[in-house]
Amino acid sequence: MENTVDVYAQGIDEQGFILEVLQETLALTRRLYLQLLRRPSTLVAGIIQPLIWLVLFGALFSKAPEGLLPGGMTYGRFLGAGVIVFTAFSGALNAGLPVMFDREFGFLNRLLVAPLRSRSSIVFASVIYITSISLLQSLVIMGTASLLGYGWPGVSGLLVVLLILLILVFAVTALSLGLAFALPGHIELIAVIFVANLPLLFASTALAPISFMPTWLGWLAAINPLTFAIEPIRAAYGGPLDLGITVLHAPYGDVNGYGCLSVLMGLTIGLFFLIRPLMNRKLA
Amino acid sequence: MPVIELHELEKSYGSVKALQGLNLQVPKGCLYGLLGPNGAGKTTAIRIICTLLSPDSGKVIVGGVDALSHPRVVRRSLGYVAQEIAIDKILTGRELLQLQGDLYHLATSQTSLRIRELVERLGMQTWIDRRCGSYSGGMRRRLDLASGLLHRPELLVLDEPTVGLDIESRSVIWQLLKELISNGTTILLSSHYLEEIEALAQRMAIIDKGRVIAEGTAEQLKQQLGGDRVTLRVREFSDEKESEMVRTLLNRIEGITQVVINQAQGFSLNLVVDSEQVLPRIQEELNKAQFPIFSLTQSRASLDDVYLQATGKTLMDAELEVASQRDLKLESKKAMR
Repeated sequence: MENTVDVYAQGIDEQGFILEVLQETLALTRRLYLQLLRRPSTLVAGIIQPLIWLVLFGALFSKAPEGLLPGGMTYGRFLGAGVIVFTAFSGALNAGLPVMFDREFGFLNRLLVAPLRSRSSIVFASVIYITSISLLQSLVIMGTASLLGYGWPGVSGLLVVLLILLILVFAVTALSLGLAFALPGHIELIAVIFVANLPLLFASTALAPISFMPTWLGWLAAINPLTFAIEPIRAAYGGPLDLGITVLHAPYGDVNGYGCLSVLMGLTIGLFFLIRPLMNRKLA
Repeated sequence: MPVIELHELEKSYGSVKALQGLNLQVPKGCLYGLLGPNGAGKTTAIRIICTLLSPDSGKVIVGGVDALSHPRVVRRSLGYVAQEIAIDKILTGRELLQLQGDLYHLATSQTSLRIRELVERLGMQTWIDRRCGSYSGGMRRRLDLASGLLHRPELLVLDEPTVGLDIESRSVIWQLLKELISNGTTILLSSHYLEEIEALAQRMAIIDKGRVIAEGTAEQLKQQLGGDRVTLRVREFSDEKESEMVRTLLNRIEGITQVVINQAQGFSLNLVVDSEQVLPRIQEELNKAQFPIFSLTQSRASLDDVYLQATGKTLMDAELEVASQRDLKLESKKAMR
């Protein structure tokens, strides 16, 4: 990252810049995929855990009276959107772990003595890797949900779902990478991930609509970023796509699909700006 | 023009001063040794040369380029082999070298060609396609060396390269280093093994407490000391007072110079004598003053004596002293980004 200054000084069109950044980013991404291929347990666990949520939690309320949930949908269908978002979220939350291990074991030093054209390559590689894995996990969950009879969003709906997941994964990856450079070791990082994970799920509309919650929890859910990802996806599952309609009835007012997308976008951009100085310092 | 020039480097970790005005000049095409006990500042100096660390003050010129303002230029021409540089246990040695090639922006065909060369030269044929997690210390170090050499650096920096290695790996590595030197590569090698520095280095600096305390070829350093070394113990364990008294006595004898009290070795006395004839005189004078003699040994000057002369303790004792004070937390903080 420190090289950004250099690059601008020398002119951004310096020959081969993009090719070299591409070469180092691809090589670093390849390494992460090789690790995953040879140690696939995190990928498998990342798919099994949400599946368990989907099957067990979905079954838990399967006999809930009809008409209880907004739009008269079944609980399984309601839960689907929540579990999809949760899968992408918890996958991306782990993005910092490989970076943390590289810091701790000294592999990062190997990268830092190399003449990387841009040290952002290290960050890019993590983002590409985690994004693709999280989206893959989410697609598997979506496929399973549709097999369970919980519906399928249709083509334009699917694009919206993927777009929302992409933005969310970017935001959470930024957060996790930031933590990986800010915290002293992997024990602390795992502790933070552990503590952040479930409460964010419960204090969102993943498992129940806001109308079921006491006022204070409703407020929490209505400002929880996960809610802004869940509700438009739920709407995409519910019928023909229209981002203009209200998808979230929050205590502070109604929010439509565009509103949710804007909040997520804003969050992602904000987080990237927040961790930039930290990355610059740690990777300088 | 020297390949490495360090001017008045200062570096502290909190209240611990790692470097205190370190000056160093490494000439081109030479194997230069950095000798000193653990904790003397060798690794800190090396991390600064390799652009992993910035000094608090001072100048760092590598290959004629200011390493602090143009680190990337320095990184391109420098190979770094260190214990703290990790390998990825999940990758095979070959995959790691391929990654290294991409990080140094080599063409794929070039990378595979050089990997083939290095695999042969370092005898890695049978295990290069196994995962690194299964490698022994010697295999790891050979792989480290290969990855440091893949981009054909003009300067190779090795931090304690053969600590705890098997004999075969050590001799393979030494052989390769000698070949590199004859091909014009400059090598900076740090070690706390006297033998290693003495066997390989053409020039050397002895570092203690973040400063260079002696510099030159092994011959020059020993010659500066001059004469033969004598170790005298009046008792197995003396005390400071007695040793001081003996020192006063010895200083009066002609042909004796540089009497140093070695506190860590039970206040034994290390001295330099002009010739062997001085020994009987020492015995005579001690008898006269009614001091006992526990042992009196004589030897040629060694690099250890150079260190002893400058610091008042042997390298081994300095090593033990540091080992007992080592702060693990600080160590991991220094190595981690």
